[in-house]
Amino acid sequence: MRRARTPAAIGLLAGLGLLLFVLPLAGLILRAPWSQALAELTDPTTTMALGLSIFCSLTATAIALVLGIPLAMILARTRGTVRNVLRALTTLPMVLPPVVGGVALWLAFGRRGIAGSLLYQAFGIQIPFTTTAAVMAETFVAMPFLVIAVEAGLRSLDHRYEEAARSLGAGYWRVLTRVTLPLLRPAIFSGAVLCWARALGEFGATITFAGNFPGRTQTVPIAVYLALETKPEAAITLSLILLVVSVAILVGMRDRWLGAL
Amino acid sequence: MVGRAVTLEAAIRIKRNGFTLDVALSAAVGETVAVLGPNGAGKTTLLRALAGLEDVEGRVTLDGEVLDDTSRGVHVPAEKRRAGLVFQDHVLFPHLSVIENVAFGLRAQRQPRAADVARKWIDEAGLGDRAEALPRELSGGQAQRVALLRALATGPKLLLLDEPLSSLDVSIRAEVRRELTRQLASFNGVRLLVTHDPLEAMALADRLVVLEHGLVVQSGTPGEVTARPRSRFVADLAGVNLLRGEAHGDRVVLAGDASLAAPDAGEGDVFAVIHPRAVALYRTRPDGTPRNVWQGQVDSVDLYGERVRVRVSAPVPLVAEVTRAAVSELGLNPGASVWIAVKATEVSVYPA
Repeated sequence: MRRARTPAAIGLLAGLGLLLFVLPLAGLILRAPWSQALAELTDPTTTMALGLSIFCSLTATAIALVLGIPLAMILARTRGTVRNVLRALTTLPMVLPPVVGGVALWLAFGRRGIAGSLLYQAFGIQIPFTTTAAVMAETFVAMPFLVIAVEAGLRSLDHRYEEAARSLGAGYWRVLTRVTLPLLRPAIFSGAVLCWARALGEFGATITFAGNFPGRTQTVPIAVYLALETKPEAAITLSLILLVVSVAILVGMRDRWLGAL
Repeated sequence: MVGRAVTLEAAIRIKRNGFTLDVALSAAVGETVAVLGPNGAGKTTLLRALAGLEDVEGRVTLDGEVLDDTSRGVHVPAEKRRAGLVFQDHVLFPHLSVIENVAFGLRAQRQPRAADVARKWIDEAGLGDRAEALPRELSGGQAQRVALLRALATGPKLLLLDEPLSSLDVSIRAEVRRELTRQLASFNGVRLLVTHDPLEAMALADRLVVLEHGLVVQSGTPGEVTARPRSRFVADLAGVNLLRGEAHGDRVVLAGDASLAAPDAGEGDVFAVIHPRAVALYRTRPDGTPRNVWQGQVDSVDLYGERVRVRVSAPVPLVAEVTRAAVSELGLNPGASVWIAVKATEVSVYPA
């Protein structure tokens, strides 16, 4: 096959687009204070933010797995309007500006929120500006990635495996745990990785709903944003860490990345 | 039907997307029943229904136990039926080894030492060295045997096989068929298989049920069914000419007003069967005794080894079987003009 020649203008625009990606990354790597990196990494503010980020993002991913897989199962079973409505609801956080998500969480779970007021009156529990809030914000924003991946996996699953298991005498839970979930493992894995990556980078919803308290709600993205003014070296080092994680995910999932979505 | 206790009785109807399957059949312990029919006849749906994987109207009983009875709202779910289903393309669990596939049903039944029992099945089938293999590492024949073992290991009362040989290479089919015959013979339950392949049905089954467009058109031993075909499908598989018409004494009036001489044809709606070997071809109008003589044109010529089947379009379209020598002697090329003759005594007639 011989294709038509690509006009120079297209190549130029594409090159500019690529530069927009490459230049900032190059800047980050070139400006990295490599000599101070170790010192920055052992700085208490940095380690605290890193530890909190890892804890919150992993917890958010765990919650997303527990709640998101059943949600995906229901989604995969529905048809028509019900499905469209459920799908819109679960995928909305993917397109919603995270700050709006944070405001919405605050309105729902704040002390005067629809659920928050009940929690406060009944148990004296306040969610905003706690680590719980940071985890909730991350779950809110990241869970759709898992739901979408698992639902796609379920829809493309050959359900005759489940039928074969049933005809061999396996009840619902045995079919689910020994056949369905193992067969969905690639979809669950890629969904969980995407979900975790999104949770790790979460900024807008977290700072709105959970605030900025070192050790409690100050995750790495928030620490980076604040450090940029006062300690740019720390900001760059933390950014590099997030970059390395992202690249690692991209490389590790290069086959699954698009397949799952 | 053989005179043993019948243990599977099914009379079911399934309606789906404008297609209706309406089947009544029974099968006894010790006999292998083959449901034979063209693609789209509803064979797989029937198996799935018996396995409990389809919503049905009607009644199914197995060994005295009611599995389905819509009039009483009974439906035993698939996992509670003692029905082993072997899928056409095996559907072995891809994430489990051969031994874990075979042990799956045993574990579901909470049998102690499931792995040991599974290993025994595998060893006895001569697959001991493949026990740890994953399904994707098996040959088609091995996968077929593992699928059968997996179903048999749970001790079903009813074994359902969907096209057991059709997904296999022709080269290994004969070997797997022998193995399957042996396995079926040693299985002490009701055996039901569906297939579109007459050879598979004839080789494995004691009794045939012919299914077309969701309905049973004929049943009986393979010999009975092929001797008296009641549908084009069966006639084709038996390799005979099947005609349908109205009998009047010693004549059968066919569609298009053609008429066929046949002694003692009787009266009423009948089938008439003519074996291709009884159809003689001539270049010119034959003299002598044949009373069924028509002029026609050669439609197609197909080689089957030393024999040749010649399809002739004539007032009564027929397939003739001749030798290769006859083809060149008579110049039987498509479009050639020929005379067909069939002796009246070669026409067998039975009520439709």
